[in-house]
Amino acid sequence: MTDMIKLSNVHKSFGPKHVLKGVDLSVEKGSSLVVIGGSGSGKSVMMKSILGLLTPEKGEIEINGFPTVGLKGGKRDLVNRQFGMLFQNGALFDSLPVWQNVSFAAMQGNNMPADEAYELAKESLALVGLGENILNLYPASLSGGMHKRVGLARAIATRPPIIFFDEPTTGLDPIMTDVINHLIRDCVNELGATTMTITHDMSSVRTIGDKAALLYQGKIIWTGNVDSLDQSDDSFLVQFVNGLADGPIEISGA
Amino acid sequence: MNPLARIGKFFLGFLAHTGRLAVFIAQSFLAIIQPPYYLRLIGQQMIRIGYFSLPVVALTSFFTGGVLALQIYYGGNQFNSEAIVSSIVALGITRELGPVLGGLMVAGRVSAAIAAEIGTMRVTEQIDALTTLSTEPFKYLVAPRVIAAVLSMPLLALVADIIGIMGGFIVGTKSLGFNPAIYMQLTIDFITPDDITSGLIKAAVFGFIIAIMGCYNGYHSAGGAQGVGRATTNAVVSASILILSANYLMTSLLFSS
Repeated sequence: MTDMIKLSNVHKSFGPKHVLKGVDLSVEKGSSLVVIGGSGSGKSVMMKSILGLLTPEKGEIEINGFPTVGLKGGKRDLVNRQFGMLFQNGALFDSLPVWQNVSFAAMQGNNMPADEAYELAKESLALVGLGENILNLYPASLSGGMHKRVGLARAIATRPPIIFFDEPTTGLDPIMTDVINHLIRDCVNELGATTMTITHDMSSVRTIGDKAALLYQGKIIWTGNVDSLDQSDDSFLVQFVNGLADGPIEISGA
Repeated sequence: MNPLARIGKFFLGFLAHTGRLAVFIAQSFLAIIQPPYYLRLIGQQMIRIGYFSLPVVALTSFFTGGVLALQIYYGGNQFNSEAIVSSIVALGITRELGPVLGGLMVAGRVSAAIAAEIGTMRVTEQIDALTTLSTEPFKYLVAPRVIAAVLSMPLLALVADIIGIMGGFIVGTKSLGFNPAIYMQLTIDFITPDDITSGLIKAAVFGFIIAIMGCYNGYHSAGGAQGVGRATTNAVVSASILILSANYLMTSLLFSS
């Protein structure tokens, strides 16, 4: 099966701090990879490097076989049009109502007329279980769970072939966490998209993922099927999956 | 750290900051000249920057014109002073006080608002979201604000000129007992188109400074709410200082001949 996302020996530093130390990772077309790892392990930096928000000093990132490191302007836009992204805190635009947030990419990137964009927003919100009553609300008047759902609706609005989820359940109660996890799984199944999720939440890993990868100190140290998470005898993975204080993982700041 | 090392560190930091600002300005110019152009956003920003700044600019210039008339009258020869008061008020307002005080007031109002808005967008990942939604942040956020400020500030300066002169006129005629017709005629006779256009050119440059410093400080803010607060303060302080230094430079250039 072809790799939709492929990272080869990716390095990224911030001043003297070497965050990514040669990341090798691939995500097959149509599959769902979940990247787990402790705080400060480099998960967000890795995802931002794939999205082109950060530029690695070394290594290669390929999207659908196309090298993307260092791309700028129109070429970067073409790559980014294949992406949908759900940010950790939603990152909805405060100054725009919900419907314009959801159909932002279609309006700005594809010059979709406002009436069509409104309909697109309505359809996308329906996919995440939200009604028409919130179309004209502003993000400030939404609850945390609705924020995530609107963010998810925005991520899938243009039906992108690749969708990223950055800690999609952080800050949500257990019931809303389950709702969001199932929404993500259902939406992704319906769209047939390739996805990459970063999370600490093992229930998200088991619900969303086909495969999982453990990032530790800037390197991928374990990859495998989600089903094999509990069977692995990798001491790092066992400690992380079971949430144990004792083990080989050094806790940053401890 | 020894004093020399501190001076060196400060100097290196200053150079890095200047370089980053120069790159930011170059990127902003590119964003302004290259399509797409967000005309609706430019219009929105002109209303925010220009229209909503009218009251503060009008009040500032009205009282400045009035105070100027009083100071010239009390400080100078109080007999036959209509010509001096009217001409100095007109010159002072159109050449300097209208654009400079208007610029400083707008810097306090608009530069801070721009830095806070863009800074909040930065720390809440909204700017990253723009990029992932294939929208260039410089075109969507920076260019409309810079264009709107450059277009709005001369209009505000023109309003400040008119209201400032009217402030001097009202104080001169109502409080100092000048003849209204003579006062107005002397103002019209003394003022030249160059006096007004020099003030409008200055105002356009101040508009650029106000928007760029707001955008730059907001765009590079980091560290949550505290970072946004710092960006807001830096935007107002740096815009104000740059307005005053640019004013000196432009006065030297425009009036040297």
